[in-house]
Amino acid sequence: MSAIVSSEVLRLSVNGHDRELLVKPYSTLLEVLREDLRLTGTKHGCEAGECGACMVLVDGIPKLSCLVLPAQVEGAEVTTIEGIGDGSDLHPVQQAFINRGAVQCGYCTPAMVLAAKALLDANPAPSREEIKEALAGNLCRCTGYVSIVEAVEEAGMALA
Amino acid sequence: MRAATTEPDRDPSPGGELRLVGKPLPRVDGVAKVKGATAYADDIELPGTLYCKFLRSHHPHARVLSVDTSAVSSITGVAAVLTGQDLPTKYGIMPTSEDERALESEKVRYVGDPVAAVAAVDEETALAACRAIRVEYEPLEAIESIEQALVPPVDEPIHDYGGPANIHRLAALEFGEVDDGFARADHIREDLFFFEGNTHLPMEQHSSIAVDVGDQLTLWSSTQTPHYVHRTLSRVLHLPMGHIRVVAAPHGGGFGGKTDPFSHEIVVCKLAMLTGHPVKCTLTREEVFYAHRGRHPVLMWVRTGVSSDGKILAMHFRTALDGGAYGSYGPASMLYTGALQTTTYDIPAYRFEGVRVFTNKAPCGPKRGHGTPQPRFALEVHLDKIAEEIGVDPVELRRRNYVKPYTRTVNWLRITSCGIEEVTDRVVEASGFTRRTRRPGHGMGFAVSSYMCGAGLPIYWNNMPHTECVIQVSRGGVTLSCGATEIGQGSDSVLATVAAEELGLWPNDIRLVTGDTGLAPVDLGSYSSRVTFMAGNAVRDAARRMREILTGVAAEKMGCSPAEIEVRDGKVGELAFEDAVVAAQERFGALSTHGSYTPPSNLGGSFKGAGVGPSPSYSYSAAVVDLDVDPRSGELHLNKVWLAHDIGRPINALAVKGQVEGGVYMGLGEAMMEAQAYRHGLHKQPSMLDYKSPTFLEMPEVETILVETIDPEGPYGAKEVGQGPLLPVIPAVASAVHDALGVWVDEVPVTPDKIMRALDAKAKGRDGRFGPKSFPDVPYPTMVKVAPPDAAATAL
Repeated sequence: MSAIVSSEVLRLSVNGHDRELLVKPYSTLLEVLREDLRLTGTKHGCEAGECGACMVLVDGIPKLSCLVLPAQVEGAEVTTIEGIGDGSDLHPVQQAFINRGAVQCGYCTPAMVLAAKALLDANPAPSREEIKEALAGNLCRCTGYVSIVEAVEEAGMALA
Repeated sequence: MRAATTEPDRDPSPGGELRLVGKPLPRVDGVAKVKGATAYADDIELPGTLYCKFLRSHHPHARVLSVDTSAVSSITGVAAVLTGQDLPTKYGIMPTSEDERALESEKVRYVGDPVAAVAAVDEETALAACRAIRVEYEPLEAIESIEQALVPPVDEPIHDYGGPANIHRLAALEFGEVDDGFARADHIREDLFFFEGNTHLPMEQHSSIAVDVGDQLTLWSSTQTPHYVHRTLSRVLHLPMGHIRVVAAPHGGGFGGKTDPFSHEIVVCKLAMLTGHPVKCTLTREEVFYAHRGRHPVLMWVRTGVSSDGKILAMHFRTALDGGAYGSYGPASMLYTGALQTTTYDIPAYRFEGVRVFTNKAPCGPKRGHGTPQPRFALEVHLDKIAEEIGVDPVELRRRNYVKPYTRTVNWLRITSCGIEEVTDRVVEASGFTRRTRRPGHGMGFAVSSYMCGAGLPIYWNNMPHTECVIQVSRGGVTLSCGATEIGQGSDSVLATVAAEELGLWPNDIRLVTGDTGLAPVDLGSYSSRVTFMAGNAVRDAARRMREILTGVAAEKMGCSPAEIEVRDGKVGELAFEDAVVAAQERFGALSTHGSYTPPSNLGGSFKGAGVGPSPSYSYSAAVVDLDVDPRSGELHLNKVWLAHDIGRPINALAVKGQVEGGVYMGLGEAMMEAQAYRHGLHKQPSMLDYKSPTFLEMPEVETILVETIDPEGPYGAKEVGQGPLLPVIPAVASAVHDALGVWVDEVPVTPDKIMRALDAKAKGRDGRFGPKSFPDVPYPTMVKVAPPDAAATAL
């Protein structure tokens, strides 16, 4: 039934490891990460590019993995939440999220952490308005965003 | 096994200093969550898993004439197909409204009603198989509004119970002499309000995975109420509860939306039993909008009589709820729209008439605040209007009517600790509300509210505790087992903090087994803001019993009395905690203690309907909203929200702040934009883009102020925070818009188009108001007159 379209080889780097995978050309990066690579830290909330929960970094840039096709990441470096932090040591953004109570149900958290990291990599001392602007594509239903903004500010200071 | 039988000390804070309770500690599941290591239901993958998809009705109301699945069997990769014939037993969360089937075989009642389900090797194949199923429908007239539901249907009622017409439930209750109160009033005012429905929009789509091995069926699901799902599965699948285990998987957001037993939970279990494979179903986002069980649309009429100095003498409150297609929590939701008006204001004579109707829309149920945000919006705005009419400051008018601590309301609700005066003082002072300066388009609004710390009665009648827990201590560590369910609100952290406080450990020293009906004793679930108060008390009792055992053996070793033994910093007296455990095991063998909590029996009245509203305590919240409105576009810009909350005592100050901010956020979303609206039976915006919710950019600064009233029965004096802080935000927004522009939008959400229409009406010399114009005729039953508590009972 589903064997009409042949799978294709996808070569990319995920969290610093080179991977070679056989994937359907119409599968999404989200599906490749979660289902083929079992990197379930990347979440899904809509699979239509509306909620931001599936955000990962592609060559350092935040992308909604539910809208990315394999051909678009051929040869790319993909970073997921599993690639953040150093072993058991948390990244300063992760630590700040814990310190400020920016995590409740935790479902939007991996994408928020990645979006915040990308922001701080590009702009180490963002203003509150810049933080809100950068994260505005990521929805959170628990926190009211207040503690997330505080956490990104704290992480920015820790990284400075 | 040794179970201590002594009653533990109930003093809120024995021994004075609390080491952990009240501190802003990190949550116990925080590290796993920031690392993406938490396995939510859809992240659980078992060998050989099959995937389930649903065929759903595209008619709002239709008879099902036939379901033909013959084409499915030829599709490679399909393992099983189910129709309504396979799961005929009806169920529903409320015993009085068991009106759902996991798959409908006779008729469908909303667009999205499940008709058939397929398990296949992958979702794609399951979806293709669903498309190959042929269903023959006979469309029926769709009931789309409250007004339409109240008149005899052209074809037939949606359900074969309730009535007349499409009425689900009715109530008519009167407490005290209402007519007499109105007769003595100097001013009487009537108002109409409408609160549009909205939905929880959890970030996580509902997901379930079931496996059936060796007469043991296990379901992992994103549920807030594993115990109620457990009961439903037993009934619908005709299996003893002892052969079913329901595990509430780590939860990606509930807000009330995952408190019903759902079709997909039942269907994956049945498919797992049939196929012998694990079966998983994760709803699409569109399906989540159809699963719904969210905020009821409610039409409201309120009439209040006050004395010349603004004292309420009588109130008459009518509500009409659009329930959608099924019962869900509806009978309770309807009664909640009339129950808690009296927990903020001393209303000496009160009449409530309510109706819930069925319509052909996704079923409504409980959302954060369950049935009380709608009447709270109406009541607070109504009081603002009375204050303006009689020339009294709106804060002062409320103060003149506030309930007093340790009293009983006219509808028999027991009030104990009550910080309503303090939350008012604090929020008014911090915001400068009464000293505000005026500039064009700027407004501030004030409102108060209260909410329950757990429902006083369980959903199905029984005399067992509402929560039970066991603490086991061994050389392998401390394990706390309790059915309480972590849904992101911090349930696990509260339980671990309480146990650690009593045992002189850190929260992360406590291994938690929660939300698991197979491994932990029953807790009724994460709804009605009950976990901290109820499970917190149970865990504290169990932990104190364990502490007693450990201090007993330590005292023997040290040759002193147990009372002299300090339990702190990982030590029991001079013994390391682990050594105290070894000593106790040498003496008693296996070590476990239990705790449970049953609410007192004197919380409410004994009339029919008295089961909704009673709680062992009530939290109090006050909000001030500061905003600017552009009179040319009606667009709102929020500047700041101040929210003061009577928390009793925070167990975790950081988690409490998070609940307040989250509640304020959700209230603002409902106040300004969120709406689950329909056109011709179709959901207008079943996507996260079209269903508007606030982003970072809409969210203003929030100043959280905690007021401690040290509740006499809460654990360490703690009360709820999960739901209460949402409530005053919505009326405060409407009030601020009026403050800014002089017009009233008596309909939630308060959107720019409604503001413009109110301004337009004002400009044309008409009433500067947008809102409902009439309340339909409802065949309310004969009024049940309930004598209010006598004076002796009123002052507790």
